[in-house]
Amino acid sequence: MHLDVRIPLGLLFLILGLILVAYGFTSDPAIYAQHSLGRNVNLFWGSIFAAFGVVVLIISRRGKA
Amino acid sequence: MNSLITPALLAASGETVLLRLGGVDYLILAIYFAFVLGIGWVLRKHLKTSADFFESGRSLPAWVCALGFIGANLGAQEVIGMAASGAKYGIATSHFYWIGAIPAMVFVGVFMMPFYYGSRARSVPEYLKLRFDEKTRAFNALSFAVMTVFSSGISMHALALLLNSITGLDYNLCIVVSSLIVLIYIYTGGLTSAIYNEVLQFFLIVLGLLPLVLLGLQDIGGWHGLMAQLQKFSEAQGMPGAWSHSWKYMGSAKANPMGVEWFGLIMGLGFVLSFGYWCTDFLVVQRAMAAKDMGAARRTPLLAAVPKMLFPALVILPGMLAIGLGQRGGGFHVPVGANGAPDYNMVVPAMLAQYFPSGMLGIGLTALMASFMSGMAGNVTAFNTVFTYDLYHSYVKKDSTDAHLVKVGKVTTVVGLILSILCAYTARKFDNIMDMLQLVFGFVNAPLFAIFLLGMFWRRTTGHGAFFGLLLGTVSAMVFHGLTLPIGETNGIKGGWLGGAHWFFTSSMAQNFWMAIFAFVGCFVGTAIISLATAPNKTDDQLRGLVYSLTEKIRDHDTPWYARPAVIGVVVLVAVAILNVIFW
Repeated sequence: MHLDVRIPLGLLFLILGLILVAYGFTSDPAIYAQHSLGRNVNLFWGSIFAAFGVVVLIISRRGKA
Repeated sequence: MNSLITPALLAASGETVLLRLGGVDYLILAIYFAFVLGIGWVLRKHLKTSADFFESGRSLPAWVCALGFIGANLGAQEVIGMAASGAKYGIATSHFYWIGAIPAMVFVGVFMMPFYYGSRARSVPEYLKLRFDEKTRAFNALSFAVMTVFSSGISMHALALLLNSITGLDYNLCIVVSSLIVLIYIYTGGLTSAIYNEVLQFFLIVLGLLPLVLLGLQDIGGWHGLMAQLQKFSEAQGMPGAWSHSWKYMGSAKANPMGVEWFGLIMGLGFVLSFGYWCTDFLVVQRAMAAKDMGAARRTPLLAAVPKMLFPALVILPGMLAIGLGQRGGGFHVPVGANGAPDYNMVVPAMLAQYFPSGMLGIGLTALMASFMSGMAGNVTAFNTVFTYDLYHSYVKKDSTDAHLVKVGKVTTVVGLILSILCAYTARKFDNIMDMLQLVFGFVNAPLFAIFLLGMFWRRTTGHGAFFGLLLGTVSAMVFHGLTLPIGETNGIKGGWLGGAHWFFTSSMAQNFWMAIFAFVGCFVGTAIISLATAPNKTDDQLRGLVYSLTEKIRDHDTPWYARPAVIGVVVLVAVAILNVIFW
């Protein structure tokens, strides 16, 4: 196969996840009280995005070996 | 199923800005666009033959095709439209999945894919040529080509209108940017690029919208909180309980907000419309035909059915939550249109504005963009294949070289998108033209499944039978529509244009389901009778691999039991039956 789709898929989610996590740490907590029931949804869901990205990348490496 | 965006969305006004995007949101959007374009860029080196461009070289694994299969269908009508229906009809909207899509997906995987993939056909119209004759192929290829261009144009228009109304971005800019991006990644990477992007789009939409559902559910007090609010809401509407049950109130069309009864629902939606779409529409079938072998091609729709049956939780639930939260009061309000009536198409944007702060908002918006672009790209890739193989190569230049076909495919991609842009601007000016076209496509599509069913399972079906049967089915649909009307509508585009309506339906959905049933029966009976009256135009030898009784049965004893299409199919059907019972 020419390009394993799991590589761009994993990278995209890893990068987006890291951006969300970084923003979750630096953003004003007031936006979470206003929108997401007080939960820092960027931090939480950003970690899920990043974890998903890592898992996909690991699977793609294994697939090659 | 394949219905386009409802006019309410088209009429959404651009006066108030609902979502305020921050820098991080634009950054997320930009990164996504970079990936989309990057995939096409990397794939361009591997694109050599026309089979690479139009069929992904028949090289993809089943799971990639499966995600492309649902991704291509996961357009705007799914994300925006299903949430709107969830608000309007409640859990019963899941019929579009649990009685609609899933059984049809199992059927195409287990029974039909052997003929599509096993024949030498490169497209659905080409299968019709091999099985029947040239005129049946031409009819299907032409109507399909026109339809895909319009669908892609409508998708583009709806995206631009939505973005303009919720973020204040310029309409023209949205059109230009979205069509350029789709153009570049298909032009450089062909079908593979489109399918790879559909995989990305699938995960973005699922993971991007899931927190919306979770936050909404937490806010309303979980599933029980939602059911309690929906109970109150349905009582206020005079249909107690109708929003929280899928089958219980289907006994009579007047007892549920959809205005349909079980027979029209099962036969019209479950059988004719769903099988017609999932089993014959080249837009989705093309994804399975790109698989690397017969087993993978058959598993494509079956694997796709697994996430598909869970989609109601992702796309219908937001609409139900919006109704529940609006009923509870405090905080969330169901969006209201310019005419003062609820504007259900704005439910998802309103939920995004309510629950997503900057950051996640960028993800939610990217997911919406992804859904619109996958809808556009799916149509464009199907269009360029059908145009190049079935119209250009068959009627314009029969002796084309392979390199020439790739060139034609690329030019067709550009032309297809330019035509889509023209359609988008036409839709902006004349809403009625789009309603009209949608109606005409409905007439042409409704009977289509009948000739596939007869053609694949009855070797006596002839080319004349299929072609004239199809015409008869289309005419049956038109006549039916011209003589019927939903209650409360006036004669015209809604029906009754053949000298006034003689029969009335509780809703236009019920009218649509019954029209499909009539068209199917008209086509089925017409094809059968004409086939018996005409001489077979193909020898048994020519029909080998195209008709059930003349094709060697696939032996999958070498395949492990869990990967056999029949086994997966049965598991999927049992699971979907259980879902129907749980939410009865």
